[in-house]
Amino acid sequence: MNWGWILQMAWRDSRHSRRRLILYMSSIVMGVAALVSVRSFSDNLLHSVEQQAKILLGADLAIRSNSPFDPEDEAFLQSIGGIQARQVSFSSMALFPTQQATRLVQVRALRGEFPFYGEFETEPASAARDFQSGKLALVDNILMLQYGVEVGDPIKIGNVTFEIKGRLLQIPGESVAFSEFAPRIYIPETFVEETGLVQLGSRVRFHAFFKLPVDFDADKLVEATDEERERLELSADTVSERKERFERQLNNLDRFLSLVGFIALVLGGIGVASSIHLYIRQRMETVAVLRCVGARPYASFAIYLVQAGLMGILGALGGALIGIGIQRLIPLILGNLIPLEIEQAVSWGAVGQGVLVGLGTALLFALIPLLPVRRISPLLTLRSDYENATGGKRDLLVIVAFGLVGLALLGFSLAYSSRWQVGLGFFVGLVVTLGLLTALAKVTMVITRRYFPSGWQYVWRQGLANLYRPHNQTVVLMLAVGLGAFFILTLYLTQVSLLDEVSSFGEEGRPNLIFFDIQTPQKDELRQIVDSMDMEVLQEVPIVTMRLASVKGIGVDELREDESYGGRRWALRREYRCTYRDELWDSETLLEGTFAGRNDEQIAEVSLEQGIAEDLDVKIGDSLTFDILGIPLEARVGSIRAVEWRNFQTNFFIVFPTGFLEEAPQFHVFVSRADTPEKSAALQRAAIQRFPNVSAVDLSLVIDTIDSILEKLTFVIRFMALFSIITGFVVLTGAIVSGRYQRMKECILLRTLGASRPQIRRILLIEYLFLGIFASITGIVLSLVASWAIVYFVFDAVFIPEFMAVVVVLGAVVFLTIAIGMSNSRGLLEHPPLEVLRAED
Amino acid sequence: MMNADMNAEPMRRTILTAANLTKAYKSGERELTVLKDVTFEIEEGSSCAVVGPSGSGKTTLLGLCAGLDRASSGTVSLVGEDLSPLSEEELAELRNRYVGFVFQSFQLIPTLTAIENVMVPAELRGETRVHRRAKELLEKVGLSDRLHHYPTQLSGGEQQRVALARAFVNKPRILFADEPTGNLDAETSDTVEKLLFDLNHESGTTLVLVTHNLELAEKTDRIISLRGGMVVSDRLTESRSLVSQ
Repeated sequence: MNWGWILQMAWRDSRHSRRRLILYMSSIVMGVAALVSVRSFSDNLLHSVEQQAKILLGADLAIRSNSPFDPEDEAFLQSIGGIQARQVSFSSMALFPTQQATRLVQVRALRGEFPFYGEFETEPASAARDFQSGKLALVDNILMLQYGVEVGDPIKIGNVTFEIKGRLLQIPGESVAFSEFAPRIYIPETFVEETGLVQLGSRVRFHAFFKLPVDFDADKLVEATDEERERLELSADTVSERKERFERQLNNLDRFLSLVGFIALVLGGIGVASSIHLYIRQRMETVAVLRCVGARPYASFAIYLVQAGLMGILGALGGALIGIGIQRLIPLILGNLIPLEIEQAVSWGAVGQGVLVGLGTALLFALIPLLPVRRISPLLTLRSDYENATGGKRDLLVIVAFGLVGLALLGFSLAYSSRWQVGLGFFVGLVVTLGLLTALAKVTMVITRRYFPSGWQYVWRQGLANLYRPHNQTVVLMLAVGLGAFFILTLYLTQVSLLDEVSSFGEEGRPNLIFFDIQTPQKDELRQIVDSMDMEVLQEVPIVTMRLASVKGIGVDELREDESYGGRRWALRREYRCTYRDELWDSETLLEGTFAGRNDEQIAEVSLEQGIAEDLDVKIGDSLTFDILGIPLEARVGSIRAVEWRNFQTNFFIVFPTGFLEEAPQFHVFVSRADTPEKSAALQRAAIQRFPNVSAVDLSLVIDTIDSILEKLTFVIRFMALFSIITGFVVLTGAIVSGRYQRMKECILLRTLGASRPQIRRILLIEYLFLGIFASITGIVLSLVASWAIVYFVFDAVFIPEFMAVVVVLGAVVFLTIAIGMSNSRGLLEHPPLEVLRAED
Repeated sequence: MMNADMNAEPMRRTILTAANLTKAYKSGERELTVLKDVTFEIEEGSSCAVVGPSGSGKTTLLGLCAGLDRASSGTVSLVGEDLSPLSEEELAELRNRYVGFVFQSFQLIPTLTAIENVMVPAELRGETRVHRRAKELLEKVGLSDRLHHYPTQLSGGEQQRVALARAFVNKPRILFADEPTGNLDAETSDTVEKLLFDLNHESGTTLVLVTHNLELAEKTDRIISLRGGMVVSDRLTESRSLVSQ
């Protein structure tokens, strides 16, 4: 092939169409921008992790235990050497006496110079070191803002009142976002005992942090002391482990965001294919002439492939540039989820990857309409029979091109998914969504065409008929715009339904307040407090903490080593918080066996939740031995239950019958209901003031937390979806510009026949109005189905189709479609017909 | 040169042979035969008009003879090459080397200027210094001041003159012209006709002209008349008869 001539022809032929070609290729710009920005951001983040890895842990080594370090543990810790710090952490209620407010918080009692790497960021800055010098506390800034507390105010944790020494702005290695869910308070370790909060049954974690000499290999130490640590029940965390974990999470985030961004690229690809299709249709005669004068089939195809390739490179480079710009926005979007300071730099790897993927997508999608070019018959110069111009038979290469597009999509989906199942799911989801959108668009058109009232005014009929004219791009337009509506609405409706589900837990008469960590002697007095405030204890649940000693007669240590054991090892190791009672609750369904309730035999017939029964690999009649503070208790699986976990009460893996655990060390949970937030706050205050060790969670706190999580999650997804939405409108613009020539000829004909400008303007307006309505209906219908499916199947909740959201999306999409359509049609009416015709090629 | 050729008429070689050409199209269930058993030969250097009413199969015949389409049965031999076994690639090369075209609707490439349109066939052959030749041809057709105009900036007559220059740029052995004056007014038609025959005589190119303009047809050496897809007459024109005498 004469490549010199091909390049020259590609250049010459594009002279009048470059702006149009660039517009077509700009469909891929936002997709590339999404990929480059996400990838560049994660490259920067990985670089930052590399630089600041030790800050993630704050130490070279952390050792953790669920019980206080005993002398043997201490001896082990001391043998490691280095500079050490200790931390005791637990959840508790904090009371702000000046505000008379209480809130569940995470208390961290610290001794020593931790963090060894990075610093607590506090206000005032000196508070970070000074707070260990007295009854002083560092309090999470978010908590202080929430309750209007100032530095110098008191805060009561358990029995001790601390003075707030400083606001805690940032903890090295932890994201600020985390503090919204569990606000943190640092106090000196010396006062832990005085608080009275570390008691039997409390969930307390004990940490030892180490700063080790530079040449000390913490990983080696961890590996070498594996057996000893296991015996002492001490778990260890090193910088490299923490870094690896963080990188894994980051990789997952990067892949997820890239996949969402990739949707924009696929939509852009469809836009490219559609625009190139029309572009080629206008070039058919040119190709036929070239074929007549001796151009070979593949040479004429190559001319347009070169054009598409060059424009694809421009589009991809433009996208990369925008991506580099947007990358600077991502820290603002994800900022408080990321526990590190991120250095901003251009990642050339990300740029290269984005440009290649973008160019590849543009070329692959362009191939589909370009391949028929080689089959354009020179006979077209003699007969303008377009339909048969590219040969009637099915073109095998076009089928191959479709296959390549499919393979590329699948390849990308798999490459950007942590597991192949996820990749395949994404691919299928994408293809099904696009397929359904296309099918719905077509059905909407057919229905409207068939049932449209023929008695309507001419301008209405003409405007609507424009959507059906030959070679219309209505389906592509509806796909582009509909996908945007689909995205926005699905995210919103899913979020609304999930929040509504959580809120419904607190409906009339159902519990919305839980007190836990109640000691047995405190029970009666706390019940009196509840009663005195005109509320009642709806459930009183005893809890006994225990561990498994053996399963089916085999010791857990032995089972953990046993390769043939069919259960999960974590289930053997974990601490079980069990209750005892003589009846099943409403949230439980008996699946197998009989619920013992009460038995007086030597062996307790326990009821297991079905999941834990599978994890332990036990069936009805299998024996279990529990260890309650060193005392063995024989049990047998008497029944298996299904538990409805999603409710606002306590649920248990294992329920004992009455008659076995009454004398065991235990604590209690009260489930209650307060009709108003004020009553709830008053009760919590009264309870905590009397019994500082008792903690309370009310439903509004849970709802706020879930709302906050969903808000962050959907904000990030919405941000990535924005790329697809913008792409949708670029595709819309491209399609309108592509159809401009045909539209113009119609407008000129109408004007020649005597149509006034306002009439033509109305026809165009009506066309875009219908287009917007159809597109949004398509998107909305699919979105209702998709969000229903997500809510129902994934979250097993009730779907709420919020009417107002549907109306807002409909209105916004219609408005934007009309605005873009009309602004691109402006020139058609401003100039004399002949002038316009000559200006376009 | 022409005189020498005319005197040596019996020695002329055949440049185009159509033997039992049939072309049928499927139209739904029915088969529509547009050309039926057409046979003729055209000598190199001669000019021939194919005439007939609309739908008689003139354009179909031209498409088959020029290698733009394939016959349902029968053979076409152009410049000694049987066209039927040739691939699309080979046909394209043959057209580029030996064939020129002039169309009723001019068929200029709208995105190229006049001179670029003329240069295309030669550039396709890999020739690099064609600018001068194209310019000379455009001067010859009286468009020296329109070299860098785009087709939309030219009148119909001017566009057809550019098309003529393009048709001759590769010095074709045979020129196919499909109603070359069909879209032009009488005055412009005269100019284009004159240019067509002058260029044809100058370069010794064989001319196959499809037209229903009998006046134009009479200016060629021979007229093949088609009706209903069949040759109904094949005669020498007066101009040819005179020359022959």
